[in-house]
Amino acid sequence: MLSVENLHVRYGQIEVLHGVPLHVQEGEIVAVLGANGAGKSTLIKTLIGWLEPSEGEISFQGERLTHLSAWERVRRGMAIVPEGGRLFRDLSVEDNLRLGAFLQDENTLKEQLEVVYTLFPILAERRKQVSKTLSGGEQQMLAIGRAMMSKPRLLLIDEVSMGLMPILVRRVFQVIRELREHHVSILLVEQNAFEALKIVNRAYVLENGHIILEGQPDELEKDPRVKAAYLGG
Amino acid sequence: MSSGYIVTIFTFVAIYISLALSLNILTGYAGQISLGHAAFLGIGAYTSAVLAVRYGLPFWVDFLAAVVITGIIGTILGLPSLRVRHDFLVLATMGVNFVVVSVFKYVDFFRGAMGLVNIPAPTILGLTFRGGAPYLTLTAIYALLTLAVCWYLSKTWSGLAFHAIRNDEDAAASVGVGSARYKIYAFGISAALAGGAGSLYAHFLGSVFPDNFVFVESIGMLSMVIFGGIGTLRGPIIGAIFLRLMPELFRFIQDYRFTLYGALLVLMMLFQPMGLLGKDSWLWKFSTRLLPGNRTSMREEIP
Repeated sequence: MLSVENLHVRYGQIEVLHGVPLHVQEGEIVAVLGANGAGKSTLIKTLIGWLEPSEGEISFQGERLTHLSAWERVRRGMAIVPEGGRLFRDLSVEDNLRLGAFLQDENTLKEQLEVVYTLFPILAERRKQVSKTLSGGEQQMLAIGRAMMSKPRLLLIDEVSMGLMPILVRRVFQVIRELREHHVSILLVEQNAFEALKIVNRAYVLENGHIILEGQPDELEKDPRVKAAYLGG
Repeated sequence: MSSGYIVTIFTFVAIYISLALSLNILTGYAGQISLGHAAFLGIGAYTSAVLAVRYGLPFWVDFLAAVVITGIIGTILGLPSLRVRHDFLVLATMGVNFVVVSVFKYVDFFRGAMGLVNIPAPTILGLTFRGGAPYLTLTAIYALLTLAVCWYLSKTWSGLAFHAIRNDEDAAASVGVGSARYKIYAFGISAALAGGAGSLYAHFLGSVFPDNFVFVESIGMLSMVIFGGIGTLRGPIIGAIFLRLMPELFRFIQDYRFTLYGALLVLMMLFQPMGLLGKDSWLWKFSTRLLPGNRTSMREEIP
């Protein structure tokens, strides 16, 4: 459903991604693993449309969207859980969620609100609370919930484990696995290879802007290069 | 103080309430800081003045024209906001203010520094509003109308979209809020409402000069919004009342009006960045604690 070919992205003179190929099939959970500075966030920001590639193509459900803006990609069924959540800090939990369904009709809004509150009962409890007063874990859940509000076909997740306590990291990954029931395919970029590999169907390893490996989680876990770099030997 | 003098002061208060509220849509709701709002006041005032003086059109025509034309020009002038953000946008809006004033000054059609004079008092349904209490009523109605538009906006999806853009423009785009459309929209509505205030301003004074709409006037309007409480409905109203009345109550301030505005801005930024009656302000917290049952349901006051 998502296919990326030869993606080059540069910040001014410096090229960060050097021709990345990538694809996600319907119903898959795919991870892009990589260390700090490998270009993971750049990749996901380009996929949602915050950055423009200097070369290459992105197509989604058979349609080229390399030059569409972020909101047009959202309309076509993409959603993002950005790094750090990027909530609307001054707004209540429920307003954040409502905004997540900005392009949906009233029925979808109600349905998805139900879905999200079932996934995260804590958000229902804190409905009226201003989002900046939530704890780190709750904010991350709200970010996921907000993204799910548009009933996306493809969910992009940027470093969801960053800054969370280990126990919360496990919980968040569990939730991501459960999202599959909602007919959403997932592409997540992650530094925490150990936890990510537990829930994905397939993974890529990104190093210095190149995809150097691709495979099933069990293959990758055995690969000495992955072991050395991400799984602590 | 004669009663006529007091009525005049309050007429200006009412006009500035409309102006502060309209600026608040752009700056408080949508988060686009503008230091050029006086330009929109000017465009509205000159539109009305030209149509009334040169073409002899009746008040309601030139008033509506002022709203529409200022709205359109505001929409066009909002276009740079799509390319520049934050501090650069502030500079761009400043630039717009200077350009607009120069046009009034140097384009012969607007009679330059001589201004446009002999703007007639408005006549609506055979009633002539010549100064005094009737005109105060007219401007008060307009202020209420502006307030109603702001209140309505804060209840709609557009209002929510403005909040989202103010909080995080990229995140707004990633939930499907096309920020370009809503920024332009905020510029348009904000300018249109200021244009209406400009029309009332021109008809009240009976004359307009380029110097009425200079950059420091824009700072005055932004001060009102920030002083009262940016992003709220009550803030700009309180700000406009306070900052218009202060110099009148204490005549010695009059000459130092902008010194006062500047000093207040600095003090507010240091101690009460959300304004005198903004959310999280001392006064607002204090007064809501006194009246626990009196919490209104405005969106920005969600506890």
